[in-house]
Amino acid sequence: MSLESFAEGKSPFHTMDAAAKLAAAALFSICTALLTSITAACAALLVGIVLLAVAQLPFKILCRRVLFINAFIAFLWLTLPVSTAGTPLFTWGGFTVTKEGVDLTLLITLKSNAIIAAVIALLATSNVTDIGTGFARLHVPQKLSLLFLFTWRYIHVILEEYKRLSTAATLRGFVPGTNSHTYKTYANLIAMVLIKSHDRAERVSNAMKLRGFNGTFHSLHRTRTHPADAVVAATIVLLGTALLAADYFHLTELL
Amino acid sequence: MHIAEGVLPPVILASSAILSAAGVCIGLKKLDYDRIMTTAILSASFFVASLIHVPIGPVSGHLILNGLLGLLLGWVSFPAIMVALALQAILFQFGGITTLGVNTLNMALPPVICFYVFRPMLSKGTFSLRMASFLCGMTAVALSALLTSGTLALGGDNFLNSAKILLISSVPVMVIEGLITAVVVGFLAKVSPQIFDFEIATSNSVVSAQTSPSTTE
Repeated sequence: MSLESFAEGKSPFHTMDAAAKLAAAALFSICTALLTSITAACAALLVGIVLLAVAQLPFKILCRRVLFINAFIAFLWLTLPVSTAGTPLFTWGGFTVTKEGVDLTLLITLKSNAIIAAVIALLATSNVTDIGTGFARLHVPQKLSLLFLFTWRYIHVILEEYKRLSTAATLRGFVPGTNSHTYKTYANLIAMVLIKSHDRAERVSNAMKLRGFNGTFHSLHRTRTHPADAVVAATIVLLGTALLAADYFHLTELL
Repeated sequence: MHIAEGVLPPVILASSAILSAAGVCIGLKKLDYDRIMTTAILSASFFVASLIHVPIGPVSGHLILNGLLGLLLGWVSFPAIMVALALQAILFQFGGITTLGVNTLNMALPPVICFYVFRPMLSKGTFSLRMASFLCGMTAVALSALLTSGTLALGGDNFLNSAKILLISSVPVMVIEGLITAVVVGFLAKVSPQIFDFEIATSNSVVSAQTSPSTTE
């Protein structure tokens, strides 16, 4: 299973400095999350789509990803339109769909997808190690950036170990079902994975200390900081802020 | 139990982000460099657990394991869970940047509470250990579901139905989490008690916490 499915590529975003991208993605997300009008949310989604176009990601994987994330939104579409009070649009079998409910759900859908598009375009195009070093550059506490990098490393170790043990279980005829035997098997599997990874971490930790590890990491992918990166990041943040301002002062109603 | 971007009003997002930041700060204070590796493993297991789907009747749910994390880490659960959630947001876009605060609070506060309630029971004998870890796994998920649906409900009356559905659907997950946590803790206590940095009841007797080789220099 490939976890970093979008990190390979040659688009401008792939070579951009991770710290600048992190800042841009975070601020753009915050601005978009605060929007209250559908017009502004549409504009934000448009910005997100443009960013995705610049990132040139494999279309098929991208579609699958976006559909998957919209599952929670689909759950909201099932409940929100009928449970919001307001002017009824139509009634069916005791449920009343209201205009306010549909508007609210539409707003959430637009904002959510705008943020997802921007985050995929900006963050999924970096590999996680670079993002970890980006955190350090943005003055995130050192322990936290270290924890981030080590966690990323151990996700692979644990996934591999887990797959090995579950293959072994399958070969011995284990078929998962809804019974306590299944849950006990899973639990024993997890405990075994934990113990093995713990031992391994202990060894790695000792080896690192032996080599004089002093709490900093050096990424092999050197992304050079260009002044252009700061300009791109600032433009994205500015777009977000402009949308928020337009929304706050109801400028969209003037159109 | 992720809350997606753009759903909650800014007041809730901001206040829960502040509370989470406080929790993360306390956690980082209590985390020394020697335990970073162990913490990273548990944080990675929290991430991987969400990829493991176990069958529950006709559907399947994924494991959460935040109760287990709480027993092993206490306050350090906050940074551990935040890191795992940040990775999920970056890699799969589950949750997100603006909801990182609220999702961390919902998933990490219950394990901290469970740590204080159930940890003392872990050193009182094997039966007590099994009961405590079962209850811990169950309570952590139950509290997380309560908090998540609570924040959804705070988002406005119109979210009440979504909140109720969320709460009811997590009941089977609670029982399974309890069972799995009990077996995992029992297994760890028997085979590798040094993973816990406090006294734990093993099948033979209560052994004191062994310091790992890295800390005995």
